[in-house]
Amino acid sequence: MCGIVGYFGAHAMELPPDLLLRRMVGAVAHRGPDGQGVYVDQNIGLGHARLSIIDLATGAQPMSGPEQDIWIVFNGEIFNHIELRRDLIARGHVFRTQSDTEVILHLYREKGADCVDDLNGDFAFAIWDRPGNRLMLARDRMGVRPLYYTEHNGCLFFASEVKALLRVPGIQAELDPVALDQIFTFWFPLAPRTPFKTISELPPGHVMTITPEGRSVRRYWSLAYPDAEAGGAIGKTDEKRIAEDLRALLFDATKIRLRSDVPVGAYLSGGLDSSIIAAAVKRLAPQALRTFSVTFESDEFDERDFQQEMVSALGTEHDEIRCTAADIGRMFPSVIHHTERPVLRTAPAPLYALSDLVNQNGFKVVLTGEGADEVFGGYDIFKEAKLRRFCARQPDSRLRPLLYRRLYPYLPRLQNQNHAYLAAVFAAKDGELDDPLFSHLPRFRTTMGTKVFLSADLQEELKGYDALAELRDSLPAEFPRWHPLSQAQYLETAYLLPGYILASQGDRVAMAHSVEGRFPFLDHKVVEFAADIPPQLKMRALREKHILRESIKDLLPANIAERPKQPYRAPESQSFVGPKAPGYVGDCLSRRAVADAGYFDAGAVEKLMTKCQRRPVSGARDNMAFVGILSTQLWHRGFVDGLHDEMQDSRPMAVA
Amino acid sequence: MQTDVGSAVRDFIADNFLFREDRETVADNESLLENGLLDSTGVLELVAFLETDLGIDIKDAEIIPENFDSIDAIINYAKSKLAKAA
Repeated sequence: MCGIVGYFGAHAMELPPDLLLRRMVGAVAHRGPDGQGVYVDQNIGLGHARLSIIDLATGAQPMSGPEQDIWIVFNGEIFNHIELRRDLIARGHVFRTQSDTEVILHLYREKGADCVDDLNGDFAFAIWDRPGNRLMLARDRMGVRPLYYTEHNGCLFFASEVKALLRVPGIQAELDPVALDQIFTFWFPLAPRTPFKTISELPPGHVMTITPEGRSVRRYWSLAYPDAEAGGAIGKTDEKRIAEDLRALLFDATKIRLRSDVPVGAYLSGGLDSSIIAAAVKRLAPQALRTFSVTFESDEFDERDFQQEMVSALGTEHDEIRCTAADIGRMFPSVIHHTERPVLRTAPAPLYALSDLVNQNGFKVVLTGEGADEVFGGYDIFKEAKLRRFCARQPDSRLRPLLYRRLYPYLPRLQNQNHAYLAAVFAAKDGELDDPLFSHLPRFRTTMGTKVFLSADLQEELKGYDALAELRDSLPAEFPRWHPLSQAQYLETAYLLPGYILASQGDRVAMAHSVEGRFPFLDHKVVEFAADIPPQLKMRALREKHILRESIKDLLPANIAERPKQPYRAPESQSFVGPKAPGYVGDCLSRRAVADAGYFDAGAVEKLMTKCQRRPVSGARDNMAFVGILSTQLWHRGFVDGLHDEMQDSRPMAVA
Repeated sequence: MQTDVGSAVRDFIADNFLFREDRETVADNESLLENGLLDSTGVLELVAFLETDLGIDIKDAEIIPENFDSIDAIINYAKSKLAKAA
């Protein structure tokens, strides 16, 4: 795990290439504190910050073969590197190191850009092919590892994080209003778009080839579901057999993710998914397992009792960190420095604290349960969509909408509402049943309520832009033929997962403290197998992740195995108001600061601030708006004004 | 008193749900729910305001979109409740 940077193209260098690369690498040094290296040749430069995990002795990068003609910088892990190496050696390749990096080099020599097809892993890499005068960039299928690029003065620059690109003289941060509109609709910008106007990301499952003639981007993998009518290849297989096969695949995915020359730990959230992974690790590697958790002061968010139950069941050596609302407020500027994008939730902050705990305990690698909810249908939004279709079949029923209360047992205020309001909130409007975004419309509608705060200028600039239409247009041609659950899963897995979960709650906040997350549920073999499982086996009535629960039920205490999904949430606007509020909040949200940045209406922001200060606000829209506005203002200060250093380690300060 | 109820309701909604001064966010007869301005928890905030600040007693069965889904509807509802109580 590491950070990579580089450029390709002839350009008038304002800095010597070596110095430029060192500056860029310096910006992502948190991703790889164990070593740095650069490679410079005519019109090409590669840089690398290394976090040593596999082949500590000889795995340094940039790396080349003995011919010195093909060079690679690589961030991530190839989990099947042992099998690939064995096959490559059998085909006559001679290896100089034990690293997985060298496996990619040899595979590239053999297959060119198609080498990605053989890789099982989380990766972003760049390969410089001197004989071919070609640079190749690639990113893993699910979007675990990041890769950003931009063209400046006819030269292509790339890096693991945007902050490295902003070290290139002349590359400036400027907000893309369309990206902001998308974030205030979906929680993330639609790749390749980023919040930075001139900077793009290479989307997950894509490779890019750059030659002096130009560049081409190609998708090499995509998530696909069987047609609803036909069913998948395993549709006729009996449930027991599917559960057994799934279990075997999951154990394989976990096993290859334990490959490491440094110790591997695990996160325990207290929920089903991380418990499965920790239990699988315990079976595969019965020696002492180290686990890590976040706890919260408020019962509304805290899952400590469940975490402790797993700790006793598995006998792990456990550490936890308690995250208070004040902690979230204090850490938030640093979190935004790492997410490099506005966020509508504070949920990345506790994970930022957790990776710090892992790092302080001397661990570099953790396995987590990330991805199970997308892949096996665990999220409430899937149940909600199913219920909304059920209610739409008899729109006049007074009883059916009462089922909505069962959806969100952890939201106390929803329990008090009568059927009429529940029905109005969730009801399908005219034509919505046929909308490809049906499952997500209530969420998008609530989220879009935050756009009321956009400044008049920005609203004018965005006039006529429709983020939902752009999302609909980007869907694959076969999407309408999929089962409604598959459609909803696709929206989560192909968009929210890489756009928000793996980015802002995943790689960026873990790598902030040099910690690599590994996600067995996101092994592409597991993902492809799960996509083929009949929807009725994923969600049986309203029992989410049914087949997954069936496949591992002997591994967990019954209490955990049957536990309904509780989404991971953290205190929102209350982290930023009250007597312990951090000083930067008032500065960032002042009329002057808001007007200067120009993104939001200063008067409206002031009213929201007043509302949140008067009493804790519980409305989803208000909380998302508050966090979204504050994070955008922090983003502006940090990246556009370049004032990040000033905001770091902000101390609590009374707010007048 | 009747006109004050209207402006009190309107001000509360403007300060707590619409937020904007510089432009019309939503027309008085438009759905607040469909425009993402008043979500299900927002409705309960509104109920709390009507009860505590305006002294209106609201039964659960009355918390329905017909009474709360637009500025006009809310004002009409508040006025009729106050008229009945008087």
